[in-house]
Amino acid sequence: MSLLSPLGWLGRSVLLLLAATGRITLFSLRAFSHIFRPPYYPREVFNALMQIGWLSLPVVGMTALFTGGALALQIYSGGSRFNAEAVVPQIVAIGMVRELGPVMAGLMIAARVTSSIAAEIATMKVTEQIDALVTLSTNPMKYLVAPRVLAALLTVPVLVGVGDIVGIAGGYTVAVQSLGFNPAAYLQNTVDFLEPLDIVSSLAKGAAFGVIAAMMGCYFGMASGRGAMGVGRATKDSVETAAVLILAANFALTGVFFSL
Amino acid sequence: MIRMENVTKSFGQKHVLRGLNLEIPRGTSMVIIGGSGTGKSVALKCVLGLIQPDSGKILVDGADARGGDRDAFLARFGMLFQGGALFDSLTVWQNVAFRLLRGSLKRPVAEAREIAVEKLRRVGLTPDVADLFPAELSGGMQKRVGLARAIAAEPEIIFFDEPTTGLDPIMSGVINDLIREIVVEMGATAMTITHDMSSVRAIADNVAMLHDGVIQWTGPVAEMDASGDPYLDQFIHGRAEGPIEAVR
Repeated sequence: MSLLSPLGWLGRSVLLLLAATGRITLFSLRAFSHIFRPPYYPREVFNALMQIGWLSLPVVGMTALFTGGALALQIYSGGSRFNAEAVVPQIVAIGMVRELGPVMAGLMIAARVTSSIAAEIATMKVTEQIDALVTLSTNPMKYLVAPRVLAALLTVPVLVGVGDIVGIAGGYTVAVQSLGFNPAAYLQNTVDFLEPLDIVSSLAKGAAFGVIAAMMGCYFGMASGRGAMGVGRATKDSVETAAVLILAANFALTGVFFSL
Repeated sequence: MIRMENVTKSFGQKHVLRGLNLEIPRGTSMVIIGGSGTGKSVALKCVLGLIQPDSGKILVDGADARGGDRDAFLARFGMLFQGGALFDSLTVWQNVAFRLLRGSLKRPVAEAREIAVEKLRRVGLTPDVADLFPAELSGGMQKRVGLARAIAAEPEIIFFDEPTTGLDPIMSGVINDLIREIVVEMGATAMTITHDMSSVRAIADNVAMLHDGVIQWTGPVAEMDASGDPYLDQFIHGRAEGPIEAVR
């Protein structure tokens, strides 16, 4: 019995994981289907665009700026060990555009947007506002979920694009101001080294991470338990799951683009 | 008319409704009473489709509540939630006019606002409240706004979930009077759940006592005090001794 109990625990955990995966998949499919079917709520979409896109710009920009700057210093320091300091512009560009830009933006969106969506929707559930929506002939999936997912799908790639540029600018500033790089040569090297596929992969990752972040916020908010503890748990679970899924999706998408 | 036939609902091992039978004639006000956790809210939410019953039938004017056009079905209902359930991100008038700003009952914004302000006036709130947010209102005012929202689209059927919970006795009296006036004025069918006996006496035409998942007693409010039913008697007099266990 004692030998079997770890197996039982493992089996239960796997079953719970599979059940949760199934629920999240079904929820996501329903959410996507509601994006394309009327009625539409343009005002809600606009509000979500502002909340997820416009208001996330400062935090994504600041994160990218510091990451780009730190990256330049690290590459210069590491490269100097084998006389490769000159690769700073190329590695900053490729590092920011292919990996750090989308991943950092995705994680910051998970921290800022996923938590906010989960807490808001969970509170609405706890205070019966979701039930009120239904009695007012309004489908919560259409009114609350679809606008947020659509807004994240549209705005996070833009945020990632801005983050990429700001990150490269951060690396440029450090390289030119502190490491003695020639400004024109730095920019030329950056432009020459980047390929269209790098930018496409960056923006595609942004779209995927945006959908994951918004979807997890909505799912855990809608599935929230009762009371303050339910809201807190929904918020925590949403951010944890979004962050893990973003990193897993980054690995999978990198593999896909790597094979192209 | 609303008719519930042998409705059952369980949550895991907890059997909340065990074959509920209830009939609410058109244009009358039914108040369901019972202790906390006896399934009053579940019964109400089953009618609206917010909770799916495990078995049994729910008929509204002879038609199955779960079939047909859901939008049209819900458009016949208004509901006042226990905590108001006002949308925090919308102003008071947008809350009241929510149904009139979207969906099948959509009106021009100016007209919707006008109706909202009129409904606010009907529940005793001045027009300057219209542009405030729910968080800026007291509990009593939020209940009134919830009531205004419930009646904004002139529904045929109105549900009230614990309308006086959390209010002081005077405000409870005001809300009870408002509910009674509005239901009579609109000729609506009303279903109220409460354990506030002053609400029962003020609002009800008929009373149903829910206990242990079934209706223990139902009849006109005038017959409630002389019912002879030990469950109802214990409940309305608030006695700890009797067939209802005080600790549940």
